[in-house]
Amino acid sequence: MKRRAFLLGALGTGGALIVGWSFLPPRSRMGDRGTLPPLDGAVSLNGWLRIEPDGAVVVAMPRSEMGQGVYTGLAMLPAEELDVPLARVRIEQAPVDSIYGNVAMLVMSLPFHPDDEKSTKARASAWFVAKVARELGLQVTGGSSSLRDAWLPMRRAGAAARAMLLEAAARIWRVPAGECSMVEGEVRHAGGRRLQLGELVGALREVPLPSEVKLKDPKRFRLIGTPAARLDVPDKVTGRARFGIDVRLPGMLYAALRPCPTLGGTLLSFDGDAALALPGVVRVSALAAAAGCAPAVAVVANSWWRATQALAGVRADWDPGPYAGFDSARLLAEMNAALQNGGGFTYYKRGRGEAALLDAVQVYGADYSAPYLAHATMEPMNCTAQFARGRLRIWAPTQVPSILRDVAARAAGIDAARVEVNVTLLGGGFGRRLETDFVPQAVWLARDVSPAPVQVIWTREQDMTHDFYRPAAVARLRAGLDGKRMPFSWVTRSVSDAVVPQYVSRAYPALAMDMPDRTTVEGLFDQSYEFAHRQCTHLTWKSPAPVGFWRSVGHSHNAFFTESFIDELAHNAKADPYDFRRLLLARHARHRTLLEYAALKAGWGRVPNGRAQGVALHESFGTIVAQVAEVSVAHGAIRVHRVVCAVDCGTVVNPELVAQQMESAVVFGLSAALYGEITFKEGRVEQRNFPQYPVLGMAEAPVVETYLLPNGGTPGGIGEVGTPPVAPAVANAVYRLTGQRLRSLPLRLES
Amino acid sequence: MQFTINGKSVQVDADPTMPLLWVLRDLLDLTGTKFGCGIGACGACTVLVDNRAVRSCVTMARDTAGRDIRTIEGLGGDALHALQQAWIDRQVPQCGYCQSGMLMAAAGLLAQTASPSDTQIDAAMTNICRCGTYQRVREAIKLVARSGRRSP
Repeated sequence: MKRRAFLLGALGTGGALIVGWSFLPPRSRMGDRGTLPPLDGAVSLNGWLRIEPDGAVVVAMPRSEMGQGVYTGLAMLPAEELDVPLARVRIEQAPVDSIYGNVAMLVMSLPFHPDDEKSTKARASAWFVAKVARELGLQVTGGSSSLRDAWLPMRRAGAAARAMLLEAAARIWRVPAGECSMVEGEVRHAGGRRLQLGELVGALREVPLPSEVKLKDPKRFRLIGTPAARLDVPDKVTGRARFGIDVRLPGMLYAALRPCPTLGGTLLSFDGDAALALPGVVRVSALAAAAGCAPAVAVVANSWWRATQALAGVRADWDPGPYAGFDSARLLAEMNAALQNGGGFTYYKRGRGEAALLDAVQVYGADYSAPYLAHATMEPMNCTAQFARGRLRIWAPTQVPSILRDVAARAAGIDAARVEVNVTLLGGGFGRRLETDFVPQAVWLARDVSPAPVQVIWTREQDMTHDFYRPAAVARLRAGLDGKRMPFSWVTRSVSDAVVPQYVSRAYPALAMDMPDRTTVEGLFDQSYEFAHRQCTHLTWKSPAPVGFWRSVGHSHNAFFTESFIDELAHNAKADPYDFRRLLLARHARHRTLLEYAALKAGWGRVPNGRAQGVALHESFGTIVAQVAEVSVAHGAIRVHRVVCAVDCGTVVNPELVAQQMESAVVFGLSAALYGEITFKEGRVEQRNFPQYPVLGMAEAPVVETYLLPNGGTPGGIGEVGTPPVAPAVANAVYRLTGQRLRSLPLRLES
Repeated sequence: MQFTINGKSVQVDADPTMPLLWVLRDLLDLTGTKFGCGIGACGACTVLVDNRAVRSCVTMARDTAGRDIRTIEGLGGDALHALQQAWIDRQVPQCGYCQSGMLMAAAGLLAQTASPSDTQIDAAMTNICRCGTYQRVREAIKLVARSGRRSP
């Protein structure tokens, strides 16, 4: 497929673009007073900011808080330009409007190597995609893109608001605005007079929106770059924080579900009479498959526990469907066999690509594999809905409010304008809550019990067996070596299912189509090691297993393949793995410096007896991370003691948030590296709860140290970037410790 | 059934075998205590019963009737508990979903062991956190243990 087709596919616009449109200037993201409706005597200044009579600054928040600290990080941007203390900022969910759409996420999904990002083709593509993204207005929290996306629009909104505040005060005082300044959240006049923000509300109504805004020089930042305390923490230590599962509405009912146990199965019949006779039970319903969810039987009752108890008495007969024999071990064998053959889509080729292997003194190759993984967010999937007077209200922990609204409207058969979406806090996201499979279920049950609201809560078993899994993947990596065993060519061939086309078919079935998917090869084609000849080919291997976005997506396994293989090449060349990487980064000073910084902080080469270090370097979502893991092995178990992370994410908005995300991503990545594996047998997932799908606990958690190497410019992503390098860093340490090169995940030592 | 929850006596019409978790969440609207796994494996539902940490998703209502139950909503009384303050000082929570359970488990630990060692912390704190806040949880517990603030 041609790249042009790829672009259009990636945009999901189906080519419905007109030439004239491309000559219009890109849609502004400032918004106006009507975008953010004012309430109770407050005044909106633009689409992002409102001043309350009590002087609070309300920030419209278009992104979801799932632990990554986005409420705090994003709020810091307008607060900086306004010179308002962060404590004066209040977060409010943004309404649905295209100004809040995530532009950066779509731009970052373009299949360009970081080295090529300044090329005319890359810049033209980025400009075009950004323009389209502004029209689409997809409110998505994902792809580690929130800060990068908000970096200019939210600072501009703050700067515009600041100019309006100064103008309002100037009009009250009848002085030139140039004599007024913002200090510590109040307006001051050179003559010593002061006005609180709340006192300006009346005058602000008469002040026009400025036509031009001037941003602060980064040298004058007072808030950005500081470890400001998170806005969401106080409520999260008192139990006051409200997650989706905590929504409580008058007369609300609860629903428990039993989904079809096999992939692609259907409900033949059910008998809910016994359940209906139980106290508190209101209804027993059958639910169809939609938006990726399996068909299910549901019991609605006045408590969720009663609903689950009654559900046990519902008899359901399932047709196991066409995939009742699906077995992931067999699938993996088929995918491995496909590695031997040709075919697939070449995403990237430089120099003579694969053909250059013929020039090699030695071709070094190795095969790797990674399993399916579940997200296992702590808060199980849930959704609350109420259908009354032709209007649908939804409360959901979601990463995609605008997509959710479309899915809900489709399920209800009403116009999206009649759907109200309330985004709650998310008890973990990791990509799972980009999906909307739990939405139609809540909508249909809300219709069944209208006008009562109903809260659908999944059990952990449902959550684990009906996830959208990180795809299982296999890869063959080959390098052509010169006489000194230095690689000059890099050839990868991988086989896995593709997330993006599956996702589109669930969220927008009308747009379903086959399309290349950058996420299949990210982490294989886009790293900065210098090889004269490169070729990265991927074969999409469709299977019945539902796959989805899992923290760091393709990087999550491809970094393991790439960084383990680089380590193999180093040992093959009898070189120190750290020195070897530096040699391959001769023209990439940023990467090399960061690697050196990690080695310095970790004390590379100096480890206590019985331990070994492993290093990995990986770039993803606009950020480079170098990690050194310190590992020991005892009684056949891998123990990770310490992980040093060096991070170059451009401008650091909040170093404490970066450190938190490194700690988080390392633990998340280690859970997968050491334990994570989802398997299918007879068309169903074998792991049902935490005992079968263990995750890292306190006793096994390493000390994580984070060191920042700020580089200015647009902030890179932070939420996912610490996950990719941890598995290879540990595997590389295990190799030094035991001589065993573990090429499949999870890492299991041979006894 | 009669319960004493956060120092107050409450009368609840609950099935005796209903887990305490759902009595708290669905009948009393005390939603600070979370549902995570339903089998006592993750600890998100941890509360104190007679000052000991228990997993309320596998604790039947009838076994807690008449006993002193404390949930996250009542951990600090009118002010913040020393652990809650330490959680803020160390910026422990990320998504925050498991943190009620973490805090109650830590309160249970400190009620038994005023100054726990790392091994004792590991043994008592078996709650799961998918955001990986373990390192900060440990630091926050030690912060409180060092300060000598008594747990209730």
